[in-house]
Parts: sequence; C-alpha cells; structure tokens
Amino acid sequence: MQFTSMILSNVEISPGYWRMRLTAPPAFSAATPGQFIMVRVSGAIDPLLRRPFAVFDVGVYTPPQSGSLPQPYFEMLYRVVGKGTAMLAALHETDLLDILGPLGTGFDQGKPDEEKLLVGGGIGLAPLYLLARELTEKKSPVRLFAGGRSRDDILCITEFKRLGVECYTATEDGSLGEQGLVTEALKRRLDALKGKATLYACGPDGMLNAVAKIAESYKIPCQVSLEGYMACGVGACLGCVATGHGHSPETPDYRCVCTEGPVFDSSELKWEFQK
Amino acid sequence: MSTPDMSVNLAGIALRNPVMTASGTFGYGAEFAEHVDLHKIGAFVTKGLCLKPRAGNPTPRIVETPGGMLNAIGLQNVGIDAFVAKKVPFLRTVDTPAIANFFGGTIDEYAEMARRLDEIPEIAALEMNISCPNVKQGGIVFGTDPSCAASVVAACRAATKKPLIVKLSPNVTDIVAMAHACVDAGADALSLINTLIGMAIDLKKRRPVLANITGGLSGPAIKPVALRMVWLVARAVKVPIVGIGGIMNATDALEFILAGASAVQVGTASFINPGAAQTIAEEMEAWLVANGVADVKSLIGALET
Repeated sequence: MQFTSMILSNVEISPGYWRMRLTAPPAFSAATPGQFIMVRVSGAIDPLLRRPFAVFDVGVYTPPQSGSLPQPYFEMLYRVVGKGTAMLAALHETDLLDILGPLGTGFDQGKPDEEKLLVGGGIGLAPLYLLARELTEKKSPVRLFAGGRSRDDILCITEFKRLGVECYTATEDGSLGEQGLVTEALKRRLDALKGKATLYACGPDGMLNAVAKIAESYKIPCQVSLEGYMACGVGACLGCVATGHGHSPETPDYRCVCTEGPVFDSSELKWEFQK
Repeated sequence: MSTPDMSVNLAGIALRNPVMTASGTFGYGAEFAEHVDLHKIGAFVTKGLCLKPRAGNPTPRIVETPGGMLNAIGLQNVGIDAFVAKKVPFLRTVDTPAIANFFGGTIDEYAEMARRLDEIPEIAALEMNISCPNVKQGGIVFGTDPSCAASVVAACRAATKKPLIVKLSPNVTDIVAMAHACVDAGADALSLINTLIGMAIDLKKRRPVLANITGGLSGPAIKPVALRMVWLVARAVKVPIVGIGGIMNATDALEFILAGASAVQVGTASFINPGAAQTIAEEMEAWLVANGVADVKSLIGALET
C-alpha cells in the first residue's frame, strides 16, 4: 500500500545513525518482522528512486491534542550514507513522506521453545527489533549478538534489553563489549546449547557469510535478511536479486530480494564460503 | 465541458486512453494489480519474453544516476512456456489489452516467438524488442542495422496476424532509417525509445558500478532525447508511434503526443509510484478538461513549429 506519512520524530541516536517515527494507516499494523518499506525521499527527480528501509517497530501513540484517539505509527532506523539519507536526516516533525509498504517476506518465527539467536551488524539491527519483540511476547528465549566497528555502530541495545533479551556486544576496536567479531560469542553460545537454536541475522555481507557458515557447520536453521539495490520493491525491476543455492555461471539461480526476501533461509542462498 | 474522448487506436487495437506501461517495468501485469486499476490504463506491456527462461545478469544490476537509472537486468524472464502456463491466466481476468514484448537470439527464434504469441488469444498485440542493450547476442545487432532489422521484422510479420509493434533503440546514428526499414518490413507501429547505453563508475573502487559494466539509462534524464526521436520518426513514417522515455507525469505524456505519439509508455515512473500509469491517465484527462480539448486524438502531432 502507498500512503503519505507524517514524521512524528527524527532523532540521531548515534553518530550518523537516525531513528524516525512516522504515522501509519491502520492496515500497516499487519507488518511482520523483517518486512520493509520504500521511502520517497523527495518529490523531485534527484534522488529519483525510493530507498528501502526495514520496519524497526510498529505501535500506537496518542496525539497530544485533547480527545485524540490512539493512532498507529511505525519506526525505521537509517544510516546517513548518501544524498537520500542525508535529506532524510534534515527532515523534521510534521514533515510528510510518501511510503510504500509493508513489503516483502519477513522472518519465520519458528517454534517458541527453541532459543533464538539474533545476530546484527551495525544498521543490520533494524529488522531484528520487531522480531525480538514478537519472539519475547511468545515467550521464546531470545539472545542478541550485536557487532560493529566501534561503539557508535551498536544501536538500540537498551531497547532490546528492555524486552528481556540478553545482549552480547563486540566491536572491532574494542570500544564496547568484546574486541573482535560478535560471531565468536555466537559460537560459544551455540557450543553451550549443543547446537539447539535458530539463527536470525542481518548485517554486512562478511558477517552474513560468517553466520551462514556457522549455521551450516552446526547444522541449525538460519534466516538472513538481505539488502539489495532495488528500484521498485515490488518485484518488477528485477534489480535486487541474490544468488540462490544452485547458482553458478553455467546455471544461474537468482532470487528476488524484494518479494522472495528480504528474509531467506540461509540454505537457499549461495554464499561466498561455498564458492 | 463533457468528459473528453481519451480513446486512441493503435494499429487496430482500441485503447481507452493513450497511457500504457513499458516492458520490464510492470512485470507480467499481476504484480501491479494491487497498485493500479488495470482498467484505468490504455494497455500494459509484459516483461520481454524469449523461448527459454533466462536468468539475467549478475548483480549489481541497477544504479541510480542524476535524474535517471541505469539497468543491466539482462532480459531475465520466465520463458514462453511458463508465460503461457502461469502468466496468461491472469490476463484473462483483465479487460485491457495486454501486449507481449519479446525477443530472440536469431531470426528463427524471433519468428518462433511471434508464432507462439500469435496463438495466445489473450495477447492483443506483439512488441518486438530489437533494441535491448544488455545482451551480447540477440537484440542489439538487429536494433542498429537497418537491413538486419528489416529481415527480423519481416520474419515476425510472416509469423503473426496480430498487430506488430517494433521497439526501436536510440543507440543508432539514424533513427529514421531504422524506422523506415521496420515499417517497410511490415511493422504496424513503432515504439521508441528503449534505454540509452550508459555507464557509472565507482571512483573509490576504480570499478564500474554495474557487473555488466554498461547498462541502459532510463528516467527523466532521457526525455529530451526521446522527444526529439519521436518527433523525427513521427514525421517520417505513416504508422502510429508509441512514445517512451522518462515520462513521469501527464505533462510529459502530452508532450510526446504533441511530438507525434499516438500513445505513450510509462516505465521508470512505475518503479517509483506503482500507480503512476493510472495517475498519468487521470491527470491527462483533467488537463484536457481544463484546456477545453474534447478529443486527445486532436493533439497527436499537433506540435507547432
């Protein structure tokens, strides 16, 4: 669905990372963890294309005017990386944005009794919060492994902790949590669990590749949320494809990130470590 | 003023209005049913088809450029058999002409595709892609050499009784010579322009952005080029022209009609607003009302120079 949304707040939560809350139509509450939206940053032709962002959270708020009824909202996290996101960061409360969504296929939440291990790198934490919220509401045990270059790249940990999620952090420069890659802590937890868990990951390619490899060696299910260069978000442009498990130069196998994903079972995809 | 007449005739197909969707930007129609009332647009063109399924190019396949985008999808499509089995049933549910875009690697493949599509009653017309810039064999030779174009159009003409639209490449020295060659070989209409070949470079990586190195430029950036070519071709040939190139709103669409197009295709705009084609048709009607134009056909080629 396409709708005009009003910005309720737009805050820099860490250097270069922003959190935006926007109004949503009632039907938006059907958004599931892992789905995304396409945002038209400006009505002009530069930037021309919409930008995809994961749905970070959905909820209801009561406007400050007396007698107002509760209204649905959603939130997204974004990192300022180019012209489009810089323009988003310059927007204020009450500014309007044209939104398309919720789009795509989100996470499968699995069996409630099994421990769920969420792995996020930097802005990759964005689709994991709503997932953690729904999993904890269903009484699933949830742990978060958040990684980044430095402490500035570790986002919204307090929010995850508030859900009752146990959080591990690792940074490459050691400025927060363990020094190194968060996948080391993940492996220790998997060893302790004797490999009974489900993995959910979103982050840079290197991290996803490492997590997919861990899932394969521990023989546990793993879902990854991918990013892709996409023009439309609705399966028409075919720009955002990822390589499927059977992919080779002779037998191409492409999956559309926007409609078949952005969440895939890691075993459906072809990974760098398998090449 | 009463409702203006928005209908146009495109090589024997009656369109309720001149606004169509462009191949490769609208899936096989069903993908957009949620966003567009297909009964509010003139026609829609399905993603380019060939005999066998095609997986397309490696990624990155698209990149945004100022006022436009480059794509090198590589004609990914389900192939004619899956099209017939899985996509045609949807077309039956829509009372709007569906036009099948197609291509081949050889003249025989083109003719076979025309023959296969000719058998599908749900298809109102065929649009031949002789101009995709992103495949190494196939399209491009046919699309840049008038005598090759004539041979492949003649072969398809012999293979179908349905209206045959030929989609022209702008990546030629003389678009009018290409247009004449296609019309003389039996094209019932011409659509133009396909994308302009371009490239984007990542300075930091010292590499091309697209895995295919080059791609086809579309979007508002190409509109002036497209307008000129439509204007040149419309004056040179007698068949109807479908104008394509960076149409984002009704103003753009009407400019193409003034330049000589009987209908237009909306492409990249559908990526940004999936309902763009319908919006443009509605705005076009509103423009006719506001400007006292009773019949959109009176604007075709009405440019004053």
